[in-house]
Formats: sequence, structure tokens, C-alpha cells
Amino acid sequence: MNALFQATIEFLKAFWAPLLCGVAIVAILPLVVGYIVLVERKLMADMQARLGPMRVGPHGLLQPIADAVKLLIKEDIIPDDADKLVFWLAPVLSVGAALLSLAGLAIGPAFQIAQDINIGILFVVGVSALGIFGIVLGGWASNSHYSLMGALRSSAQLVSYETAAGMALVSALLFTGTLNIKSIVEAQSKEGIWFVLLAPVAFFCYLVASIAETNRAPFDLPEAESELVAGYMTEFSGFRWSLYFLAEYANMIVVASVATTLFLGGWLRPFASVSWLNVLDFLPPLLILAIGAYCIVRVPKQPTRVQQMFMLAVAGLCFVLGLVLLAPVVVPVAKPFYSGIHGGFWFIFKVSLYIYFFMWLRFTIPRYRFDQLMRLGWHFLIPLSIINVLLVGVALIAGAYFHLQGWGLLLVTTPAAVIALVVALLILAAEKSRGARPDQTAASDFYAG
Amino acid sequence: MLGADELVINMGPQHPSTHGVLRVKLKLDGERVIGSECIIGYLHRGVEKIAENRTYQQFAPYVDRMDYVAAVSSGLGYCEAIEKLLMVEAPPRARVIRTILTELQRIASHLLWLGTHALDIGALTPLFYCFREREEILKIFEKYCGARLTTHAFRIGGLQYEAHDTFEKDVERFCKDFESRIVEYETLLTQNRIWIGRTKGVGILTAADAIAFGVTGPVLRASGVKWDIRKAMPYAAYDQYKFEIPVGTTGDTYDRYLVRMEEMRQSRLICLQAIENIPTGPIMAKVGKVLKPPPGEVYHAIEAPKGEIGYYVVSDGTVMPYRVHIRPPSFINLQAFDRMVRGHLVADVVAIIGTIDIVLGEVDR
Repeated sequence: MNALFQATIEFLKAFWAPLLCGVAIVAILPLVVGYIVLVERKLMADMQARLGPMRVGPHGLLQPIADAVKLLIKEDIIPDDADKLVFWLAPVLSVGAALLSLAGLAIGPAFQIAQDINIGILFVVGVSALGIFGIVLGGWASNSHYSLMGALRSSAQLVSYETAAGMALVSALLFTGTLNIKSIVEAQSKEGIWFVLLAPVAFFCYLVASIAETNRAPFDLPEAESELVAGYMTEFSGFRWSLYFLAEYANMIVVASVATTLFLGGWLRPFASVSWLNVLDFLPPLLILAIGAYCIVRVPKQPTRVQQMFMLAVAGLCFVLGLVLLAPVVVPVAKPFYSGIHGGFWFIFKVSLYIYFFMWLRFTIPRYRFDQLMRLGWHFLIPLSIINVLLVGVALIAGAYFHLQGWGLLLVTTPAAVIALVVALLILAAEKSRGARPDQTAASDFYAG
Repeated sequence: MLGADELVINMGPQHPSTHGVLRVKLKLDGERVIGSECIIGYLHRGVEKIAENRTYQQFAPYVDRMDYVAAVSSGLGYCEAIEKLLMVEAPPRARVIRTILTELQRIASHLLWLGTHALDIGALTPLFYCFREREEILKIFEKYCGARLTTHAFRIGGLQYEAHDTFEKDVERFCKDFESRIVEYETLLTQNRIWIGRTKGVGILTAADAIAFGVTGPVLRASGVKWDIRKAMPYAAYDQYKFEIPVGTTGDTYDRYLVRMEEMRQSRLICLQAIENIPTGPIMAKVGKVLKPPPGEVYHAIEAPKGEIGYYVVSDGTVMPYRVHIRPPSFINLQAFDRMVRGHLVADVVAIIGTIDIVLGEVDR
């Protein structure tokens, strides 16, 4: 017994920081997801000429909390004919995989739970793909046609697009030669150029594939509400449903983080290696202070005293955050914390932009049909990403031959990207000549993927 | 996997995109539809039977509750049918105001269709733009007669209410704004690759099929048949105005979309022409307080937003109709559903339900 106790102490001594981070992620993530949902609803409202949530708290700022409370106190319904154990297990599996993959990500050089694992990216992508088991099992266990079809669609979609996403990642990894997340960002820092410029086609492929992987519009077929009610989530309600929801948004954060790490320079400031652009360091604190100031302006406009106090609290939070961001830039003592604090800001900022793009697409365009989705994946995205890997490889060999570095690499990678683009157009033209419509007599084995 | 067996799946009556309480039994092979059956009647209220126990005026509000998103049009059809039975005619001023309101109603109905249809196909945003404009129309209705949805705007023999003071100005302002608003919807959808992919070639209904099923309205015109009662058998004041009848070529969902978009433009033009010159004079023909039409029967049809709405009324000379039969466009158009949906995918089913533009209140009556 004593030995076990000793071992536990030893374990805690060695891993207290990652464990703390893990607990923090599990505790904070639901809140973050709640607020992403609020932002999404507000953005959607803005684009649709309405206001969105306005009732709970000033400008609906407390809506996520109200929603969470509502979901928690809802009756927990398990359908009679459902497979109880699997029904119980499936959402947990989904959310578990999503949370686990967050462990591998580095939010700034200082914040990483699974410190320096050498298979970083592979770990994140692999573990997040495990979440599909939760979806398939959940759809199967609820014993409903809609759920089953949603689950099947989801698995077929994920398998198809995982290939394209993987190939796109390979294109970017060719530049670094490592899977370690920190080394990937450091490589971009050393080269002084983000990989999105060196491998734009790969970034495009990953962008499309990641939307499909996270089941977001226009590829949100597994939960296409106008067709399959709610897809695999149809029979889930209350807390179980919110677990799926959590997993979906956590997955969004994961794919956005992977894209940020690999293509958008991770936690690096734009033009981090250009010293005269150090003024950019003032941007984050000023931005947040400006938001705080705006909140102060809005205080008198709030209808009740409680809401005024809340608005003041938000403003205070913004000021504190702004000062924290300002400190490393102006106070020499705080200098060592610069990369940690500002890295975190830039990372979250880029992830937010990526997620914003997801949302923007969702409000703008209609949904693909399932066969169109599969065709886009197999006939367009996968060939394109595979060809792109070859082209990037050739470009890198040429780059090494001419001893090109950093921005100079653009000389070889841009022609490669142009060739890939031509290939893409050729594929599209071939698709068009084959007819936009699938022949109706063909076997309908879309799940064969 | 699923390919081996047929899967029977119930879409509705509680389903996000069956537009009410339509229940569709789908026979699926994988995701492909190999058969379908519409099960209706969840909203049956026995409207036709009710008519036999109400006086002619008492029954008028009931027809508003059939196609409740185009109540003005159903009301116009009923009033004109009874006028025909009574052998009276509404005065010119009443006819023009009726025309304006009915065309506004057509726009409102098509806007609702566009919003929900786009939503079914996954475009979330057009719905709110459509509702924004529909709201303006409903405001005009509200100013005119106090009600927004089930308006009961017309009376047998003319109108009960004189047009409000700002009526012409309101309609004109709406029509002016609306021109650019249609462009707004079209930028979101018409050239969108995904929209075209989802609607082109989906749910094709040939002209011969359409006629055989008795389909009317935009669905018929999209199949290439130029048939519009406003032109063929003019009623109200339609013979005074110039407008085009848009027709499609292939009869697919995309054509029906284009036809309805163009119809909204034409309705706007009719409204603009009509407000230019509204005749003065009485708004009510000389009909008594108690209506006792001479024994006989009459069939009168008008072009409602969804197609031909017809009223077959039999009078036995008392204050109550002996029989009222209603030919609702939604009900007849829905019969072509199975033909349109066979061989398509589940995702197309919702596109096709949307494109027929049904209102279950009218299907079930």
C-alpha cells in the first residue's frame, strides 16, 4: 500500500503540470464551446439581419450558461429498443477522443499537455479520428433509421476525407521532416515563412477536408436536419446530446489548431522574424483594451442594474487581459513571458479566424448531396492532394539543389502550386464532361468508401 | 450493408422539412428512393362539410384557413365564385384593390416558399431575407384589414374596407425596395454551384405527366406548359395589366425555382401598374344582407400562388350552400410527388417536397 502511495506521489511530482492542464481543459472546454456557439449564433444573426440571443445577460452574453443548465436538468431519455450500454458509451467515446486529441496540441510554446511527443501531429489526427466510433455506435445503438443513416454517412464521409486531409498534411510535413508539433512551428519560424504560402494547394485541400471531417456545412450530411432530422443524434437528448455537441465543437478546435500549427505558423506573430514589424506586438493588447473600452461605452445603455454590473465586469476582464498582454512588451521584467502570452494570443486568434471561416460558409451556401460529396472527395480532393504531395516533393528537391531557403523556396513551390491548380481545373473539366448528374441506374453503393 | 434490403422509412408527420404534417413513407434502397407514399389527413377539419352548415358569408373566413400562407387568394376565389352564383359583379375599384392584394399575397407566398425551400436544401440565410420582405407585405395587409395571416380581406360583392390612406404609397414603397431584394436572393442562389447541383435535374416532371396529373401553377409552367388562369380566364382586374407568364423547359426543381422567382417580379410589375390608376367609386356591389342565390351550380377558379384553386358551389336557394367542393392546388400537385421522387436520393426528397410548395392545411382541408 505504501509503495503504491509512493508511486502515486512520484507520478504526481513528475506530471503535475500536464495533469493540471488536462483538468483545466476538461473544465474550461465546455465553457469555450458554449461561447463559440454564442459567437456562431451572433454571427449568423448578423448575416441574417436579426439580433440573435439578447435575453440572458447583456447582448445574450450569459446564454451559453443558461443553455448548459437547461441541458443538464433535462430528462435523460434512452429509447426502449436502444442498446443501453452502447447508447451510454457512444457519446463518451466521441467526447473522449476529441478531448484526448487536444492534449497533443501546443497553444503557444509553453502550453502543451503531452510535451514534445515525437509523433505529435499523427497523434492528434489519429486520436481525433477515433471519435467516429462514438458516432457510428451511437447511430447504431439508438435503433432508428435516421440515426443509422446518419452514422453510416458520417463514417463514409470521414474515411473519404481523412485520406485527403492526411495527404494535405503530408505535403506540409515534407518541409519539416518531423511530426513534432513544436518543431513544426519552429521550422516555420526558422524559414521565416508560413507553410500556407509554400503549400497553398495543400492548405486548400486540408481546409475543405477538415470541414467535411467535422461534419460542418456544406458537408453536414450526417446531421442534415432537413433530411435526417438530426442524423446520429436524433435519439439523444439532454446531457448525452450535449456531449456529442461538445465533441463536434472540440473537433472543430482540433482541426483548426492542426491547420494553424502546420500552415499558419502556430503561435508565431505574422512576420515574427522581421524586427521592424515588432510594433505588431502592440496589436493584441490594444485590440482587447479597445473591446473593454467599448463595453464601458455600452454600460449606460443596459436596461437593468444587474446587466450594467455585468457589462462592467466584462470590461474589467478585458482590461486585465489587455494589461497582461501589454506587460511583456513594455515591462522588461515580464519579457521572458512574451512568447508564452503572445504566442497564446496569436494561436487562439488564428484558430478563431479558421473557425470563423467555417461559420461563414455555413450561413452562406447550401448543403451538398451525399453522392456529390463523395464525388468531390474521391474524384477531386484525393487525386489533387496526392498529386500535390508529388509536386511539393519535386519542388523541395529542386529547392535543395539550388540551395533555396525561406522566401526563396517560393521560387520552386509556386510553379508546383500552379501545376497543381491546372491539374485541379483539368479534373473539374473532366467531371463536367462526364455530366454533373449521376446516372440513376448505377448501384447506390455510396458507403463502399 | 444497406444495399441488400429495402428500408422503409417514415418521413413525417413530425419531421423538420415536411412542411407541416405530411407523412411520406419512403422505400429506400440504400439512399435511393424506390417508392413513396404520401399519407395525408392529419390536418383534416372537414372544411367542405362545415360549408353546408354555414351561410355564404359565414363560410368565407374558413377558406382563409386552408392555404393559410395565401389566405387572400383563397378568399378571392370563394368571393368570386359566390358572386358568379349571385350573378353580381364587384365594382371596378374593388376589383383593382383585390388584384393588388392578391398579387402581394402571391409574392408573400412565394417568399415563404423560397425561404423554406432554400432551408431544406441547407441554405440558412435566404429564409430570413425572405421573411423580412414578407413582413412588409403582412404589414400592408394589417393596415388594410387588421389581420396579417388569415385576413378575410374581401367580402362577397366587393370589399368591406376602403383602402387606407397610405395604401398606394405603402405598396409603391414595397415594390421599389423589392426589386433589389430579389437580386439579393438570386446572388445567394441562382449561380451557386451547390444550389444548381442540388436542384438541376432533380424531380423532373414532363409536360405530359404534369397535365396527366392535373398539376397547375408554377409546377405546371416550369414543365413548359403556358397555362395561367390570370391570362386564360381573366378574373378580378387582370385583363387590364400587362405581364408575362414565365415558363420553364425541363420541369426540374431548378426550373420551378426560376419560374417562381420570375413570377415574383411579374407580380411586382402588376402591383405597380395597378396602383398607378385605381378607379374611384363604390367598393361594394348591391348585395343584400341575406344572400339567397338562385338554385344552381357554379365552378370558379383563380390562379392562387400554388396553382388553380377552384370552388364548385351548389345552391338550393337557401342561405346555406348545398355543397361546396374545393379544388386545392396543393392536394393535386402533391399527387405528382411519387413520379418526381422515384430514383432520387433521400436528400432530393426534401428538395422535391419543397419545390411542389404544399401547404398541408390546403391538402387536408
